[in-house]
Amino acid sequence: MSCVRISLLALLSHWRRHPLQCFSIFTGLWLATALWAGVQALNTQARADYARASTVLGGIAQAYWAPRQGQHIDQATYITLRREGWPVSPVLEGRLNLVGGNTLTVRLIGIEPLTLPQGSAIAGQTNEALDLSGFIGPPGQAWVGPDTLQRLGLKPGVQARTEDGQYLPPLHLQGQLAPGVIVVDIGYAQALLKAPGQVSRLLMPADFADSAPHLPVNLADTLQLQTSSDAQDLQRLTESFHLNLSALGLLAFLVGLFIVHAAIGLALEQRRSLLRTLRACGVSLAELISALALELGLFAVLGGLAGVFSGYLLAAVLLNDVAASLRGLYGVQVAGQLSLSPSWWLTGLSISLLGALLAGANSLLRAARLPLLALAQPHAWRAAHSLWQRRQVLLAVVLTLLALACWQFGDSLRIGFVMITALLLAAALLLPAVLDAALALLGRYCHRPLAQWFIADSRQQLPALALALMALLLALSASVGVGSMTEGFRKTFMGWLDQRLAAELYLSPRDTAQAQAINDWLKAQPQVDAVLPRWRVDLRLQGWPAQLFGIIDHPYYRQHWALLEQQEDAWRQLANGQGVMLSEQLARHLHLNLGDRLSLPAPTATANLRVVGIYADYGNPKGHLLVSVDWLQRYWPEANFYALSIRLPAQQVSTLMAQLQQQFALNNDQLTDQASLKRWSREVFERTFVATAALNSLTLAVAGVALFISLLTLGQSRLGQLAPLWALGVERRTLAWLNLGQTLMLAGLTVLLAIPLGLLLAGCLVAVVNVQAFGWRLPLQVFPLQLLQLVLLGLMTSLLAAAAPLWQLLRSQPADLLRQFADEA
Amino acid sequence: MLSVENLYKSFITAQGSLPVLRGVDLHLPNGTSMALMGESGSGKSTLLHLIAGLERADSGHILVDGTPLQGRHEAELARWRRLGIGLVFQQYNLIGSLDVAANLAFQARLAERHDPAWVAYLAEHLGLSPLLQRYPEQLSGGQQQRLAIGRALAARPSLVLADEPTGSLDEASSDTVLELLLRLVGEAGSSLLMVTHSPRLAARLSRQCYLHLGRVQSQAA
Amino acid sequence: MKRNVQIIACALLLSGCDNAPPASEGFAGLGQDATTYTPVLRGQALRFPADHGAHVGYRIEWWYVTANLIDEQGHDWGVQWTLFRSALHPGAETQGWSSPTVWLGHAALSSPSSHQYSQTFARGGIGQAGVEAQPFRAWIDNWSLASTSGQGLDQLQMHATGKGFSYQLQLTSQGPLVLHGDYGYSEKSGQGQASYYYSQPFYRVSGEVERHGQRYPVTGRAWLDREWSSQPLSSTQQGWDWFSLHLENGAKLMLFQVRQRDGQPYRAGTWISPDGRAEALRNEQIQLAPQAWTRQDNGRQLPTRWRLQVAAHNLDVQVEALQPHAWMGTTVAYWEGPVQLQGSSTGRGYLEMTGY
Repeated sequence: MSCVRISLLALLSHWRRHPLQCFSIFTGLWLATALWAGVQALNTQARADYARASTVLGGIAQAYWAPRQGQHIDQATYITLRREGWPVSPVLEGRLNLVGGNTLTVRLIGIEPLTLPQGSAIAGQTNEALDLSGFIGPPGQAWVGPDTLQRLGLKPGVQARTEDGQYLPPLHLQGQLAPGVIVVDIGYAQALLKAPGQVSRLLMPADFADSAPHLPVNLADTLQLQTSSDAQDLQRLTESFHLNLSALGLLAFLVGLFIVHAAIGLALEQRRSLLRTLRACGVSLAELISALALELGLFAVLGGLAGVFSGYLLAAVLLNDVAASLRGLYGVQVAGQLSLSPSWWLTGLSISLLGALLAGANSLLRAARLPLLALAQPHAWRAAHSLWQRRQVLLAVVLTLLALACWQFGDSLRIGFVMITALLLAAALLLPAVLDAALALLGRYCHRPLAQWFIADSRQQLPALALALMALLLALSASVGVGSMTEGFRKTFMGWLDQRLAAELYLSPRDTAQAQAINDWLKAQPQVDAVLPRWRVDLRLQGWPAQLFGIIDHPYYRQHWALLEQQEDAWRQLANGQGVMLSEQLARHLHLNLGDRLSLPAPTATANLRVVGIYADYGNPKGHLLVSVDWLQRYWPEANFYALSIRLPAQQVSTLMAQLQQQFALNNDQLTDQASLKRWSREVFERTFVATAALNSLTLAVAGVALFISLLTLGQSRLGQLAPLWALGVERRTLAWLNLGQTLMLAGLTVLLAIPLGLLLAGCLVAVVNVQAFGWRLPLQVFPLQLLQLVLLGLMTSLLAAAAPLWQLLRSQPADLLRQFADEA
Repeated sequence: MLSVENLYKSFITAQGSLPVLRGVDLHLPNGTSMALMGESGSGKSTLLHLIAGLERADSGHILVDGTPLQGRHEAELARWRRLGIGLVFQQYNLIGSLDVAANLAFQARLAERHDPAWVAYLAEHLGLSPLLQRYPEQLSGGQQQRLAIGRALAARPSLVLADEPTGSLDEASSDTVLELLLRLVGEAGSSLLMVTHSPRLAARLSRQCYLHLGRVQSQAA
Repeated sequence: MKRNVQIIACALLLSGCDNAPPASEGFAGLGQDATTYTPVLRGQALRFPADHGAHVGYRIEWWYVTANLIDEQGHDWGVQWTLFRSALHPGAETQGWSSPTVWLGHAALSSPSSHQYSQTFARGGIGQAGVEAQPFRAWIDNWSLASTSGQGLDQLQMHATGKGFSYQLQLTSQGPLVLHGDYGYSEKSGQGQASYYYSQPFYRVSGEVERHGQRYPVTGRAWLDREWSSQPLSSTQQGWDWFSLHLENGAKLMLFQVRQRDGQPYRAGTWISPDGRAEALRNEQIQLAPQAWTRQDNGRQLPTRWRLQVAAHNLDVQVEALQPHAWMGTTVAYWEGPVQLQGSSTGRGYLEMTGY
């Protein structure tokens, strides 16, 4: 053991002389772990919040009765079922706007604690442990999570006020409660939501639901059994979002490991003689490998700790944007503050250890095979290197074939990511060979001795720089790919928004009755050009939540509702009640094409319609369908009058808004003008990509660090190669420029290769990943200015990375160069 | 007593098998010194490496006080190097990242035989005392060589193997270093087997052995 | 006084946050001061049928039926049907969710080889549970105890169902209502804790019990207790042991002891002659001693055989549980099950033990 200790100390003494290498390994592990852990923190937090949201009524609620039509069930139905011996428990749920310190829309859940199925947990508290008289009151309790409380800007014990002047029971902090949710006794909920004698659903214990009970005949028409939970929906809807984040995190992790691998490899090369001396002094191979492994472990723990900690900070910075995108895109609430379990920290640390092991395994293996004597060494190593390069090319070919196979046969998001990973790795593995070939080609046109040396020496540097250049290639092409995709999406999305949001005013009535009244009133207004009512039914198609809209026949739609694909006479068929139009993603999900027939599960009969049009519906996680309003009302008499779009001259908008607000007591959420709606949509969009963009630039930064470190470490060994030229009469200044030229040439070639690779990646993203993740396909667009920016950024990174070694060379003393000869003797 | 009997060793090269040692016999009683001479490629260094357990012989025997070296595990060979021998190499093979003091005591610490008084004595007599805080690269060639000698002797090994320890030094320095080496080897009670090209230096050792084409051509006491 | 147990159930569950009762108070927090509820006073005459219904203003109340039954093979069965009413806070009854009332039902079926039970809760004010005096009807969910004749409590139909059991029984009274204590004013300690308490112990029963899908026609006797109060327990009282016994000669006996934290238990009872005349038994007239113990699901040992002596009536019997594991693992847990008598008289009855 003492041998291991002394060897470890000797190994560690190396870093004192080479702090930069030490820093590289540490930085690599640090950055890799940080980005990975940061992304995982975001995902973990969001998923935990979905779980919390869906377990507001935990443990139970896998099954419940929901109204077949409308939003509510009569409370008398609840009593009837209880009197029949059914162990159901009523829940009333709705949205409530609170005013106070801050205005906030919350999901209000009214529960009946006495009848909640036994063993269920309310916000993590078992109902057996509940303070019943406190909860039921008066004054009762309004349970609220810490995040919501903070956003409300109120303290526990205070009574929050609703927009219409009612007071909630005093706020009561429940640590486990999901963000954006307030739980009260059902009595308060009925008053606050203005639904006296109404409930939203009737929960059942799981074992009772499993016994497949039959409803009393008179209730069978009004209730339907729902078994899929919110949690599954949330998971499903947001899965692609999180997978995208994970993919970015993984990419950053890989790039970080490239750095570690390069730095560890270099350190091994430099410590060859040290390792041999140790062996010669009587350290056995097992002891030496143990010491090296311990050293690696030490790096992993330190880098991992720093990484996990930074990852936490990174996630904390990005969380608000991620939460905002999730809210905007999916309407789910994610806390603005991180609360992560110890297991997250441990996982982060283990990932760092695993990464260090992966990145260092090769070096350990090489150390184990290191011959005791230096004799035949350099030759053998070179042979091994060329063998490795051949293997790399072979592996690249296999990966390319894998990517092609994925392209051909894959049909899931995961396969899409496998394809992209295979493609990127193949490109990275091919890079040294491609660069080598390019340099060989260049060499043919160089005849002057210095130029020949320039090319030959660059080729010689290639193996040492290869990993850093690979990292640069990966990061840069990822930037190009993600950038093109994002930018393309932005352009498409904005154009689509402009077209789709063509009406001047958008109105969401409180209920059907109010909607009818507003509709009638609007028709009597002379300045209104058109009123476009929309009726809505929520349903599930093959388990996918979808919204079915009934619209009137109006030229507005022909003008502004752009269709990606359509049959002849599509709008007329729709108006006649013969056709249905649906969103691109829903069509893809249901595997429907134009002309196919779609069955819709109406309450009394199954309705059949032909698909006559498919339109884009970017950003909507739910399915979207259009039918004629007459048809909808025929099959769904209970459909809601959901919204109104109003067309009128722009200068009349504000007057009409004021009139409407006054006449119908509408609040700001219910009445929106075109500009606000567009602004809101854009904000959601922008925020969605903030996290992506941030992670993307961080990845590029990591690649820059990788290149920088590789060049820096290389610079130290460069003196040996430059000394003979110096001795032959080349000026130091010239040598420095030549050296810079070499770096820039290699980096420049890599950057040039990154552009087509990035565009290929963008192609995969829009044609495969987007389609699988979101269900829409975007046209691939190239943005030359953006590409130029990235090229310059890549070259700048390389220049910066090359600057420090260059500086070192310029400052090197003739004695340093001379020593190169002395050491070689 | 170190005995080498009928030792064979060849290397595989691109041009085929290259025999280096072809039946070497050699005997070195404890406490004696021997100079190993011969032209380049005659197998001197290879013989040293085999005795140090850095490589394995194809056939023949190396006996240390009657115990054979071949057939031992890698870990046993490492132990042999750690406890039984001190190596003074052609390239000094110092640990560049450790200072002079740490280099000097390194092998003794590994062998768990660190004797501060002895190490201080070595430093004193090798002229390293004022340089203990320096790093190897800050030393002159002669100083580095003396440091290598000190490290080899710090654990008082039974056998010191030296491969042209003064090869890169001028004549005067060579003599000084050799003088020191011989005296300290004597004080440590070790035997010495030293490769050298210089008949002048070889003459100062108690025995001489001349290798030619992988065999002992002549031995003299 | 028995059923305070369950009350407790209500009380504990429903008013757990009232002034945070210190640990020294009685079983399940029943010893708290409750002066804002209607007090129980001596000399208040009971009125029927109004008193069959709910007593708003009092904190707790119950309708409690136990039945000793025999199937065609001669095996003993026991049935319990209980409805508790508890007020979360004093005040008038209101319609809707703001009602201060909470209802709790317990039902159990004991056979020689098993003991099954069930509980259910309901909020007042919404119709899920309730009691009407005339015609008499008490219900919670699909459990009910209702008059079939419209004449007071004379003829009742009793139904309850739980996991793996149910019963449907007809109860016909063969004697008058019995008022306990001082014309229905029943003291629980020397310090004035009391309840209004009357019984109908003279039911003949026929009907059907069902266990794991198998139906058994049964006949037997039943005993109904009605009790309401606002503060039945003294703060130094830990729990009680309560007996309702049908003697072989047609006489009935109700007696209980309230165990004091320190000192002698408080005992009282009523001797009911076969024609329904009631004679209150005082503390010193009753001898009661546990004889054998059985370990229950909660890990505690409970006395499941007692020696009971009432010298004034030459009674000296061993009272033994027919099903020693009649543990009610409800929200507030207690023991309640059928017993048989041996000694100077034979007979059947029910035993309830709380606070163990």
